[in-house]
Amino acid sequence: MYSFDIERPTTLEDAVEALKDEEAQALAGGQTLIPTLKQRLAAPERLISLTSIPELKGVSAKDGWITIGAATTHAEVAKSVSAYPALAALAGQIGDPAVRNRGTIGGTLANNDPAACYSAAALASGAVIQTNTREIAAADYFLGMFETALEEGEIIIQVRFPIPEVASYQKFAQPASRFALVGVFVAKFADGVRVAVTGAAEEGVFRWSEAEAALDSSLAPESIDALEADDDGLIADIHGTAAYRAHLIKVLARRAISAMS
Amino acid sequence: MTNIKMTVNGKSVSGEVPDETLLSEFLRENLRLTGTHVGCDTSQCGACVVHVNGKALKACTTLAASLEGAEVTTIEGLANGGELHPMQQAFNDNHGLQCGFCTPGMIMTSVDMVNRYKAEGKELTEEAIRDELEGNICRCTGYHNIVKSVEDAAAKM
Repeated sequence: MYSFDIERPTTLEDAVEALKDEEAQALAGGQTLIPTLKQRLAAPERLISLTSIPELKGVSAKDGWITIGAATTHAEVAKSVSAYPALAALAGQIGDPAVRNRGTIGGTLANNDPAACYSAAALASGAVIQTNTREIAAADYFLGMFETALEEGEIIIQVRFPIPEVASYQKFAQPASRFALVGVFVAKFADGVRVAVTGAAEEGVFRWSEAEAALDSSLAPESIDALEADDDGLIADIHGTAAYRAHLIKVLARRAISAMS
Repeated sequence: MTNIKMTVNGKSVSGEVPDETLLSEFLRENLRLTGTHVGCDTSQCGACVVHVNGKALKACTTLAASLEGAEVTTIEGLANGGELHPMQQAFNDNHGLQCGFCTPGMIMTSVDMVNRYKAEGKELTEEAIRDELEGNICRCTGYHNIVKSVEDAAAKM
């Protein structure tokens, strides 16, 4: 690693102030950032640790919404988000137990890895990402691989998920990294079904709108039998071709729908 | 540089270290607690797992300076004097190690696993043990006896 300084602000105001420095970089659980620093793929002069700020922690449920503080770990979400079982199950499958004890929902959303699990949950749920300056709808938040709507120095405070009638996340884990080779999140709300796909596309998480239209008429695995996911823009690497990932999208979507009925 | 203060295996420790010091480096190089092994140094293998404030995490993927005031337990802190922790004894009894390099991390992960399942009242099946050991790699591939060791210790903890 290149050398850097760490600051540990205990209030949101101090963190916002510290991140105004152009050379400063926010540090959440560090489960992606620390390996990145070790490989010298990033060289911030200053890391601003966000894990000592009380406003960024905790989980609560109210009026059909779950609110999760940005610095809440995957392990805490897996354990405490009982009102949204598909979301808790997703958190419980991220990485491994030690990574889940450290990695946070805010960190993963701010990083926007194209194979991150939470991105699919946020997009399929229609989650709202609340920062220190504004609220961003998930539909407007994910802008491409490692790209989000966050401005320089903007901090995610909490993420709010509307609780669907029923939902399921199905992940085909890349066997070495345990990231999603492909992951599909299907959520049914009173106003329709949303299907979000992670891991598959170069530009990161996206919605499979043809499947959504088919499932709006009937939420059954057969409803998508006639569809094929488009392999245009899908990732092709040593782990799988674009056609293979396109095939997995449909297989995993069917599994999710089966698990929901 | 940061002056780090934390509690390691029940003792107050401190050290003046560069901010980029990993917890694994602080434990091994400053405190000479070399039982915490560094295998891959890329968060994959789990040889460096320790407990911080009661939770298992990978010491090679945690910055020491972000753990001011934390309570850390390493493999050296498990035994009660000359008496091995039940998990250590079970690895011994069940031949749960071959070369032994992954063993500190395996044991720390397994203690956390059993404590967590007991606290939540969940049944720790063989399948669950294998799933929970996902972040710990044994290059000798001695997984069968590791799983047996965890089952044995879980019955005694």
